[in-house]
Amino acid sequence: MRPHAAAPAPGGDSSPLLNKVIAGIGRIVLGKDEVIRLAVTCLVARGHLLIEDLPGVGKTTLAHVLARAFGLRFQRIQFTSDMLPADILGVSVYDHDGGAFKFHPGPVFSQVVLADEVNRATPKAQSALLEAMEENQVTIEGETHALPQPFFVIATQNPAHQIGTFPLPESQLDRFLMRLRMGYPDRAAERELLLGADRRELLQRLPATVAAEELASIQSRVTTVHASAALVDYLQAILTHSRESPLCQYGLSPRAGLALLRCAQASALLDGRGHALPEDVQAVLPSVVGHRLQPAEGQSAHAAAELVAQLAAVPIP
Amino acid sequence: MKHPLSPDALPLDRRAVDLLMLSTGLTLLPHLPHLPLFIPLFCAVFALWRWMAAHYAWALPGTPARTALTLTALGGIALVFGTVFGRDAGTGLLTLMLGLKLLETRNYRDAVVVLFLDYFLGIAVVLYSQSIPTLVYLVLVLVVITAALIELNQPARGHAPLRAMLRRAGVLMLQAVPLALLLFVLFPRIPGPLWGLPQGGGTGGLDDSMSPGSITHLSRSDAVAFRVDFDGAVPPPAHLLYWRGPVLWHTDGRNWTADRDRTVSPPAAGPGFTPLDAATLEYTVTLEPHGRNWLYALDLPLSVPPGAHRTRDLFLAADKPVRQLTRYTVASSPHYRTAALGAAERARALQLPAANPAARALGAQWRAQAADDAAVVERALDYFREEPFHYTLEPPPLPGDAVDEFLFRTRRGFCEHYSAAFTLLMRAAGIPARVVTGYQGGELNPLGDYLIVRQRDAHAWSEVWLEGRGWVRVDPTSAVAPQRIEQGIDSVLPTAQRGLLRDFEGGALDALWQHSRLAWDTLNARWNQWVLAYGPENQAAVLARLGLRSWATTALAVLAGIALLLAALGVVLLSRRWNRIDPALRHYQRFCAKLARRGLVRAPAEGPAAFGARAQGQWPERRAAIASINELYIAIRYGSHYSADRIKQLRRAVAAFRP
Repeated sequence: MRPHAAAPAPGGDSSPLLNKVIAGIGRIVLGKDEVIRLAVTCLVARGHLLIEDLPGVGKTTLAHVLARAFGLRFQRIQFTSDMLPADILGVSVYDHDGGAFKFHPGPVFSQVVLADEVNRATPKAQSALLEAMEENQVTIEGETHALPQPFFVIATQNPAHQIGTFPLPESQLDRFLMRLRMGYPDRAAERELLLGADRRELLQRLPATVAAEELASIQSRVTTVHASAALVDYLQAILTHSRESPLCQYGLSPRAGLALLRCAQASALLDGRGHALPEDVQAVLPSVVGHRLQPAEGQSAHAAAELVAQLAAVPIP
Repeated sequence: MKHPLSPDALPLDRRAVDLLMLSTGLTLLPHLPHLPLFIPLFCAVFALWRWMAAHYAWALPGTPARTALTLTALGGIALVFGTVFGRDAGTGLLTLMLGLKLLETRNYRDAVVVLFLDYFLGIAVVLYSQSIPTLVYLVLVLVVITAALIELNQPARGHAPLRAMLRRAGVLMLQAVPLALLLFVLFPRIPGPLWGLPQGGGTGGLDDSMSPGSITHLSRSDAVAFRVDFDGAVPPPAHLLYWRGPVLWHTDGRNWTADRDRTVSPPAAGPGFTPLDAATLEYTVTLEPHGRNWLYALDLPLSVPPGAHRTRDLFLAADKPVRQLTRYTVASSPHYRTAALGAAERARALQLPAANPAARALGAQWRAQAADDAAVVERALDYFREEPFHYTLEPPPLPGDAVDEFLFRTRRGFCEHYSAAFTLLMRAAGIPARVVTGYQGGELNPLGDYLIVRQRDAHAWSEVWLEGRGWVRVDPTSAVAPQRIEQGIDSVLPTAQRGLLRDFEGGALDALWQHSRLAWDTLNARWNQWVLAYGPENQAAVLARLGLRSWATTALAVLAGIALLLAALGVVLLSRRWNRIDPALRHYQRFCAKLARRGLVRAPAEGPAAFGARAQGQWPERRAAIASINELYIAIRYGSHYSADRIKQLRRAVAAFRP
């Protein structure tokens, strides 16, 4: 059960609208309500999303549906090992008629970008995308081109132990606000998927529930969600625990703390609350910190997961 | 060998040296009046040397030079004082050694030693003066020394401003006050002065002999002899205020002494007198130290304070000389009849020297002309009243036969002249007579409602033994200057003696002066009463009132008091910590505890909303109460709705909640 609204978010309650979107997406991406909710949280918190899972579990569909539900322009970039930055950002070509170079924007100039199998591209190509994500603009040959707003990147990554991949370095993983894992649908959901209509067809029929401007206003409301001293105490207790733990190489950075806070606020907003609760932090915690923790030397590969579990059990002060 | 970087071996910086100089100088200052001049002079030289070493890199003396200086200092002390022990020599030695220590103060440890010596020397001031100004100054000095100690112990030697360190030192001193008070009241008092040192207390005051001019010189002293609190608020009339001191029997015609060979009157076997009526005066005397045994009391003391006895001469005497402020309570009977006069006493009371033939002839002549002894007494008083006798502070010198000179030539005198002459005349007339010394009168301090008796109230009078009445007090001075007795010594003093502000006499300024003088005296009286006079006897009384009758229970009380203080400190510190915890959280924890007693335990990481939902699931019938507590708690603690009102609401809701 979700805590009921004690006080609505300032500037109007957007939770019914967002929950309608989540429900709409859930009719297409079946059995993944939690993932959908987190993805929407990430979008509302103005963060980028990394989805890590095997091919064919619905990553692309989720990205597509998200774009459609929020009425955003959608582009998909399939990353390959021979990809160049220009394939992502665009190129300047000499225009004979105009007598000047003309910039042809690449696929990154879109509101929702699905960077499929981002770990198959070379680090150079990866960097091009990540820089665009970070700066919300693209600079080519001295000219700066602003990216459309809102700008939301959903990168998908195959699990890193597959052959012929360039796993994203830790510093770049940090650019993603959340990392989600889709996982297989449960039995009932999969049965409905198998028996139901084609997802692509359904997708085309999905109406845009939220206008782009509305999304921007919702996004701007995230930081107004009240984070009380008690909540920050709790958050800091989590950060401190991560920094004191021997399980991981480094504790959570201040940026991770800020990410946690934003996501908790966005989560509260989704619930229609004007204040964030420890439950909000707990709801987003694994997705926000999971990809920011590296097992310490001599620790097993599961150390990060273990630490995340520990962090979720940090007593609430 | 210390590690070269250990703080003990760190050389002192200039600022530390300056602070050492400051605290040492301030400590020495109150010792200046009683130290031989060469000691502070030497200390100043040593201090200057050390200062130059710190600021201008002067070399400090080596071990041979220091050894030589130390031996010289020891020798000098021994030479000047004749000893190196005792109060004065000890203080001098301590001062000199402190100065010498400055010369070998190189590092942190040395500096700490110097500061500890400063503490010790500072406390030594109390051996000389225990007045309020001394105490105030001493506390200030202690604050400065403590501040210097704080500076030395700054871990990084970061220079906090002096003011901040002084404040911290002051706070430390204030924090020590409760403990100091506790120990002041409960710590066992030792009888006698500290370390049994013969103290200088006992300068001035009445002697146990009297000669022309001996009391006159006291009349110039404003010093307080003792203060008296009367049990009944109203002090008795002035003609009863005869504070009895030593009784003088023996005279050589000029000087009066208690006896030819014995100065202290032996203790009396019985009271030596019978009160004529039930009238008694009860009062408490706070006696300044005067170095003699006697305790002043009104004629005649019925009761005897502990540690004292009543002498055969009917004055009170302590078992030991009064060398520190003493407080005792006495009841006196103003109307009395003394016991019969023994043959030996009668002989002493009639002792006559060969000198003063004229006076003796006059006495014999009155004897022949009078019907009885009482008539002789009246005749003598009339003589003083009618002949041109003057009461004066500046009597002319009396060469040769002092009484003859006074009676027939100068006729100007102070109380000792009149009492001596009168007593001699009585003896010449065959009436047993003696001189009584003491104080007469006193100034009523309306602010503190007590009587101040000063040295200038010193007085001498006579007692004659009359058949059927025993010893009768006769004050020949009252025949000459009745206002001396009725209105006090001030009324007969020339105006030049009355104080600095005589020009403003009667004016507002004078009134203000009088008022502040009395206020200051009141403060001193209370200080004496509550602090200085708190000796073993008073402590025993206070402890008895507190129910502490043995030292074992007292020691227990001291320990319990200290434990209580520490506990109070702990409570303060904890409550500060506790207060930092949100009161809302406190109430919520109580709520959780109530649920836990019913088996629903909140996991440490369980958020309030999740736990609330779980609780509502467990007790659907209490759903509303749980929801409202939860809502309030979340609104206060996580929402932006913090208000005392809501906290009160939460407290009530939690208190009313019965799972």
